Amino acid sequence: MRLLDVGRFAWRSLSGYRTRTLLMVLAVSIGVGAVVVLTSLGEGARRYVRNQFTSLGTNLVAVFPGRAETVGGAHGALIGRTPRDLTLEDALALRRIPAVKRVAPLNLGSAEVWWKGRSREVPVLGSTSELQEIRGFALSQGQFLPAEDPRRATPVCVIGSNVRKELFGARSSVGEWVRIADRRFRVVGVLAQQGQSLGLDTDELVIIPVASMQQLFNLPSLLRILVEARTREDVAAAQEQVRRVLRKRHDGEDDVTVVTQDAVLAAFDRILVALTLAVGGIASISLGVAGILIMNVMLIAVSQRTTEIGLLKAIGASPAQIRLLFFAEAAVLSLIGAAVGLVLGELGSFAIRQAYPVLPAFPPPWAVVAALATAVGTGIIFSLLPAQRAARLQPALALSRR
Amino acid sequence: MIRLEHIHRVFPVGEEEVHALRDVNLHITPGEYVSIMGPSGSGKSTLLNIIGLLDRPSAGVYRLDGEDVTALSDEQQAQVRREKIGFVFQFFHLVPRLSAAENVELPLVLAGVPLSQRAPLVGRLLEDFGMRARARHRPDQLSGGERQRVAIARAMVMQPAVILADEPTGNIDQATGREVFHLLEELNGKGMALLLVTHDPDLGRRARRHVRMVDGQIQSDTGAGA
Repeated sequence: MRLLDVGRFAWRSLSGYRTRTLLMVLAVSIGVGAVVVLTSLGEGARRYVRNQFTSLGTNLVAVFPGRAETVGGAHGALIGRTPRDLTLEDALALRRIPAVKRVAPLNLGSAEVWWKGRSREVPVLGSTSELQEIRGFALSQGQFLPAEDPRRATPVCVIGSNVRKELFGARSSVGEWVRIADRRFRVVGVLAQQGQSLGLDTDELVIIPVASMQQLFNLPSLLRILVEARTREDVAAAQEQVRRVLRKRHDGEDDVTVVTQDAVLAAFDRILVALTLAVGGIASISLGVAGILIMNVMLIAVSQRTTEIGLLKAIGASPAQIRLLFFAEAAVLSLIGAAVGLVLGELGSFAIRQAYPVLPAFPPPWAVVAALATAVGTGIIFSLLPAQRAARLQPALALSRR
Repeated sequence: MIRLEHIHRVFPVGEEEVHALRDVNLHITPGEYVSIMGPSGSGKSTLLNIIGLLDRPSAGVYRLDGEDVTALSDEQQAQVRREKIGFVFQFFHLVPRLSAAENVELPLVLAGVPLSQRAPLVGRLLEDFGMRARARHRPDQLSGGERQRVAIARAMVMQPAVILADEPTGNIDQATGREVFHLLEELNGKGMALLLVTHDPDLGRRARRHVRMVDGQIQSDTGAGA
């Protein structure tokens, strides 16, 4: 029997029982559609996080004071170990590492900013001019912090777009003097509107030189140091050299944590891929249910079409051919269901992207392939039993029933 | 061509066993026209089913063209049915989803004959049977006589050596029944053996050879061994 004829016969059976076929296609397509939409949501979340990270800058290594480790309490107390702070001098020492391109020490505090009787409580960030390149800050007016000796406490500041709007309204801000806590700073630049970036709203920010920050808040230490490696390949070397330099400066103690951006990103990636797999798996349960439905319907079809099967045998259909015909019917059914489901899923993902533009909800290719394969696979596997039953029918008995 | 030797067929019915056929011996030569008659339950249909390889005997040997077909596997039997035997049933047994032409075409499809050869064959056959205008109609749009003509066309599309007809006029009116009979006899005239199971003595008498069955046994055979 020719393959084309098998397909045509299966198609005629399916189009001959229209309601039944539509319902089955619906069941399969809901399963496939659910897998596609849910995995595209998970994948969208993953891409969102990745975008957020890369918006922070690339080839980054972050240095935190303290080290995640467990030490015996009594032992530690006896030798009087305390975590050493990161200092501005540490940050300056890192600049001399060959694999390092830029270094930005960071401090964060909160203070009130005043201008002509108006005031606003804002987060204040202390850093250096290199922060602009590392974080990729764009300015709408003026300039960023001046490139000068980081130890100089120059009284200048860069303000976020919201801060400018709230304090100055329509008036010009660059060149004006504002008061931050109890010191006066001259506004040299305004950040372009950027919005949220990993929990820090740059529109609400005020940035001042790190040395000014230390004076203002009376802080000898740094919150962290951001280090940018020269190239992507240099990231690992930079991480290692940073660790070595700081160990030397800290009397041989490994008391800082040096994390690459990639490591953090990879951790998030793993979590979100696992999440995507989980929701995809849950959705594929519905595919299994659709498979059982196919089996049920095919079993009913076998008993409904007993005489037809008997007749096919009488005119020369072999058991293998009967099996093939029922197989083909289930396969065509699940293929159509899978195709419709794919369209539904892509439409759903498209709707999500329209509703939440920040979420790049595209179904991952592996999920699409897996959903289609599962649909067709379950369709065929669950038609094994009905097809076998049909093939085993005794033709004389099958025909004796009207 | 057809040689049955000591054929028995026993059906288990509940605790008991029913002997549908007891020691049947029958020899049919190519091109014969045989009617099988007898009361209900005499084993006529069972005999036809065994000759048509739709059923297997409980004991005995059945040779078709010299080959012991009782020993064949299901797959091999299917091939023999496809190539050598054509069936005509009382209830037509057309596939309801398919058009008249598609029903006639079905044995060719199962045999793997390419479409280019199928179409002219089916077309010619429907033409011969006066069914050309009805080729695209589904069985439920055809009259009983038309349906049986489609079924006969289907039975002979593979040019079988023998046509087995089980009460072919049992479900159609007399006038149409006669037409159907003429059709079958025409085929017999072209050299196909015709085995006919019927209740109707008038129709049965038309055959050249009469086999009468009672209680699973051949009671009389006008042309045994002919």
